[in-house]
Amino acid sequence: MRGVARQLRESGVLGLNERNTEVIMRLNPRRLYPLVDDKARTKEIALAAGMAVPDLYGIIRNQGEVRRFADIVADRSSFVVKPAQGSGGDGIVVVTSRSERKRNAFRLTSGVLVSEEELQYHISNIVGGQYSLSGNPDKALVEYCVQFDPVFADVSYQGVPDVRVVVYRGYPAMAMVRLPTRASDGKANLHQGAVGAGIDLGTGKTLTGVLDDEIVDEHPDTGALITNLQIPHWAHILELAARGHDVTGLGYLGVDIVLDRDLGPLILEMNARPGLNIQIANCTGLKRRIERIDDLHDATASPKQRAAMARSEFSLPIT
Amino acid sequence: MKQRYVFVLAAALALVGIAVFMWKWTVLGFPVVQDQETQVWTIESAISFDSGPGSIKVKLHIPTLTPGFRTLNENSVSRGYGFSLNYPSGGREAQWAIRRADGRQTIYYRISVYEDPGSEQSDTTPPFPPPPVINEPLKTAVDVVVADVRERSADAASFTTELLRDMNDPSPDSNVELLVSEASSNTEFVETITTMLAAARIPARMIHGFILAGRQRSAVPVAWLEVHDGDRWRFFNPATGEEGVPDRFLIWWRGNEPLVSVEGGSNVQVDFAVQEYHLDAVSIAERQADQQGSSVGGFSLYNLPIQTQAVYSVLLMIPIGALIMVLMRNLIGVDAFGTFMPVLIALAFRETQLLWGVVLFSLLVALGLSIRFFLERLRLLLVPRLSAVLIIVVLLMLCISLVSHQLGMETGLSVALFPMVIIAMTIERMSVVWEERGAADAMRAGLGSLVIAVVAFIAMGQEWLEHLVFTFPELLLVILALTLLAGRYTGYRLLELQRFKALVGK
Repeated sequence: MRGVARQLRESGVLGLNERNTEVIMRLNPRRLYPLVDDKARTKEIALAAGMAVPDLYGIIRNQGEVRRFADIVADRSSFVVKPAQGSGGDGIVVVTSRSERKRNAFRLTSGVLVSEEELQYHISNIVGGQYSLSGNPDKALVEYCVQFDPVFADVSYQGVPDVRVVVYRGYPAMAMVRLPTRASDGKANLHQGAVGAGIDLGTGKTLTGVLDDEIVDEHPDTGALITNLQIPHWAHILELAARGHDVTGLGYLGVDIVLDRDLGPLILEMNARPGLNIQIANCTGLKRRIERIDDLHDATASPKQRAAMARSEFSLPIT
Repeated sequence: MKQRYVFVLAAALALVGIAVFMWKWTVLGFPVVQDQETQVWTIESAISFDSGPGSIKVKLHIPTLTPGFRTLNENSVSRGYGFSLNYPSGGREAQWAIRRADGRQTIYYRISVYEDPGSEQSDTTPPFPPPPVINEPLKTAVDVVVADVRERSADAASFTTELLRDMNDPSPDSNVELLVSEASSNTEFVETITTMLAAARIPARMIHGFILAGRQRSAVPVAWLEVHDGDRWRFFNPATGEEGVPDRFLIWWRGNEPLVSVEGGSNVQVDFAVQEYHLDAVSIAERQADQQGSSVGGFSLYNLPIQTQAVYSVLLMIPIGALIMVLMRNLIGVDAFGTFMPVLIALAFRETQLLWGVVLFSLLVALGLSIRFFLERLRLLLVPRLSAVLIIVVLLMLCISLVSHQLGMETGLSVALFPMVIIAMTIERMSVVWEERGAADAMRAGLGSLVIAVVAFIAMGQEWLEHLVFTFPELLLVILALTLLAGRYTGYRLLELQRFKALVGK
């Protein structure tokens, strides 16, 4: 066991304890958490900074407003309902269309039809705080359902794949694309069974994938290769991620970006405690990159410069 | 920088905790092991006499310097008598007085002592005794014997040994025979010896004490000889001349005076009874701390009312459980519901015992979970739903108790001791995780909680640990130091080694 620990340390793998004490506690002041824990606020500050986010259709702030839901989505056929303070993708419902026969029946990504009543119950649960980190009453957001870029069509099972970029002190340090699977129920969270694939920061091409802490090359449902996919708008994605640091002030940040077919990269949410699976997806420890960024850190660099630096520093040699 | 603060703080806390612990252990004698008992003897003297017409004054010599023993407590029982303590030279005297008394009177004096090898005699060096006034023909006999023994001895000790050998000789010479025949009792014999030692200008005195061995209905004081060699007092067996005292010899009084004197009474009788029993070492240590003027005894948990003690004996184990929790989560990486839920479950296990606790807990959570899934369909608001789960948990507990009682399994009744709010929250959390992340995650976290609860229960159930923490609460500072250190542990968790194994050697 000691041998394994030593090898992991030599590989620069960041452990949970070290992430919590040495990175998060040092770089993420607690007062900044509400900016990212509340997705409504994240959206506000991102919009204020001119960053693209999925369009907000409406916010349901209390139980009394739940019945406004029908009005909010009256002329929408696809939308996403999510808790403002949810974590790990819990409580997110993606409606892709309405039933052709009954307008108040909604079709989810899985193809299941749910009634308006059922959605309202879900929203009232969200508002009641079932999915919020603290258990406190929460808000439910109803927003634009991303029409994801066809590049991921073969490697996603329903749901919306997203790109997670870990940003350390404003510099993109590591990235992966998270692909929903049947097991993850269309959600793009690794611990719910989604596949993660590391991305070479230099080129924006996917590396090997990780599923339940195991390295995989194929999507478990579609069987398509998940390696060597070119992520479109890569430079823009990295720059967007780097700007996440400027708007939140968080030194260790996970920025989740979705690629919309028409709108391009959109910031979906940000996370003050991004997980460590990204290391497995990239087959690389985070610690060396963190140390490298500490060496090169330049407080005056623009997001664009920082993204460019990350691209040149953390590019993999072509093998 | 923070790292260093934490280390310094942890070291300071641990140091204070260990220092206080060591002091209480080694100096005050608090026992580190439970049920460490000390033998305690209670010697009771009963003075009975027929009261005369006038006022009565009773004086009794009582122990003062008792090498090898310490006094635990003493008291006197005497109805209507005034009680006082006097300190005549070289001793201590209890005095009872009353203006009038009718009929036969009995006064009790009781002292409890325990062995303590550290209790040394701290007597002052006596002056050289004046030459005793002895009448002829004994004077000549004493002079001859003393001169003879002096020839054969080098110092006070060897003089005493030689003298005692002569005096105990079965075929003594005429001078010795004369002196021995004068002494009609053992006490008088020792008195004669002290006189002869005084003639040789050696300070000596008679001591009276009891050999404490088991229970004695009527103990008789034994006379012994104490000789000062210019440096310290030494003991001699007057019957053999051997140096030393018998084992467990409690010196009651010193000198030639009678044990008891009663003015205004007659027909005096003194009876001694010895009782032996065992006392918890903790209470002795506390009284010792009291006697040394230390306030530690006063701050000890053992001074609290018994019921409060019972509460604290449980509460003080919670830090142990919390430490287990820290180790399991941050060093091993076990997943669990709620921060302290497993510790609270472990507390409940104390009442139900482990096997039943696990069975009842699993049963309760499983039943609650299935009903919770049914509630999910009713689409209740969050708080009413949580309350419904809580009420169902209470009802389930009731059912389990009733059913197990019917089946004659009384252990089932202890299900009532589970923290129901915690269980309700666990069921709620578990069902949400079940829905959101699947059964595997829910089961893993549920099982993790149970494993931590079991480990915490085992740790918190160690009786020696409980005793240690209860007797030495300062050890909690050491636990605090350990948790602080764990709080700055940046290494991998044990289960992370498995999780990141794909990265080994990359």
